[in-house]
Amino acid sequence: MNDPVLQAEGLVRSYGKTQALRGLSVTIASGEIVAVSGPSGCGKSTLLHCLAGIIVPDSGAVRYRGQPLGEMSEKQRSRLRRTSFGVLFQFGQLVAELPAVDNVGLPLLLGGYQKRIADSKSLEWLQRLGVAEVASALPSEMSGGQAQRVALARAMVTEPEVLFADEPTGALDSLAGEQVLEVLTSHARQRNMTVVLVTHDAKVAAYADREVLLRDGAQLAAEVPA
Amino acid sequence: MSTAFVLLGLLARGPRHGYELKREHDNRLPRARPLAFGQVYATIGRLIRDGLIDEAGQDKGAGPERMSYVLTEQGREKLAGWLAAVEEPAPHVQSTVLTKVIVALFGSDDAVAARAYLSAQRRAHVNRMRELTKERSDPQASIADVAAADYAIQHLDADVRWMQTTLDRVDALHREVARS
Repeated sequence: MNDPVLQAEGLVRSYGKTQALRGLSVTIASGEIVAVSGPSGCGKSTLLHCLAGIIVPDSGAVRYRGQPLGEMSEKQRSRLRRTSFGVLFQFGQLVAELPAVDNVGLPLLLGGYQKRIADSKSLEWLQRLGVAEVASALPSEMSGGQAQRVALARAMVTEPEVLFADEPTGALDSLAGEQVLEVLTSHARQRNMTVVLVTHDAKVAAYADREVLLRDGAQLAAEVPA
Repeated sequence: MSTAFVLLGLLARGPRHGYELKREHDNRLPRARPLAFGQVYATIGRLIRDGLIDEAGQDKGAGPERMSYVLTEQGREKLAGWLAAVEEPAPHVQSTVLTKVIVALFGSDDAVAARAYLSAQRRAHVNRMRELTKERSDPQASIADVAAADYAIQHLDADVRWMQTTLDRVDALHREVARS
């Protein structure tokens, strides 16, 4: 295994009386594409949110490059999410009022880039992901597959070290879903980007190098070797 | 059985030698088991006997590989009938996987062995799906390769979903098997 980029140890997280994670441990190496799968309610999205520093576990620790996220301030975690992590959800969560190129450029503007440079990088990514033709279109004018590729461009434009994708094709038909997965995994592999891919679908998990299968907040089976 | 119809389908495009039939069969059905020459000529023999194809003349030289074959009118009708017939949507309920799960529950105090088997089988299925996904993502893959890989992936996926559901109900299944 390459250098571990993310290590989770003994994660416990509850929502009221429901325990979503029950002492889960997992290590993810640099450049790996890992699928976190299992049935609805097994804790996979909670695991992704803990790994991405979006939520803090009740107990246990997540380390990014050896540094515990729990010991960082909210400001530090927010900076980490902006610079080193990219996130893609089931619904792209594009800003409805902005054309694709501005949606993609948002993380760059937040990171202090000039608009001109942000636009140029955004267009470059829209081109790479095969959606340059919708650069000036609003999200309402795009197909589901195009919108999700624009959202993927936005997640990748900062060239993050880790991309977190939560059911990224859940709202797409199978052909559009395939196209999104193909561009996601091929660009991640080209750039040695680490990907944590949450899915309940074995066909989606099959795009990953290995699978972490959860059931009731714990790992059900040994990880599937590549 | 369907090999005969594949050969009829190839001959519907025009006369072919035996070796051309073998080569086109193997190229056009990339995930099918390659035909052995013996199988090609045995099938040709049966198709001639049944009046579905005919010999169309021999090139210079001797041997069956020089003989070319042509579809008869009867063969054309047989092929059209086969192509139009809907296959029975077989539910495969007697699969080896289900049999193993049931046998693992016989005389057992719990469902541990059945659960372990299902988990291992699921891993094997997902590993195979991963290999097929890599093959279909290869830039050199033809549309026929992608379609053949999709067919296999989606059938394996149906098995995986069944295994997942059965994992969820394996304790109840154990109680039922233990009672009977």
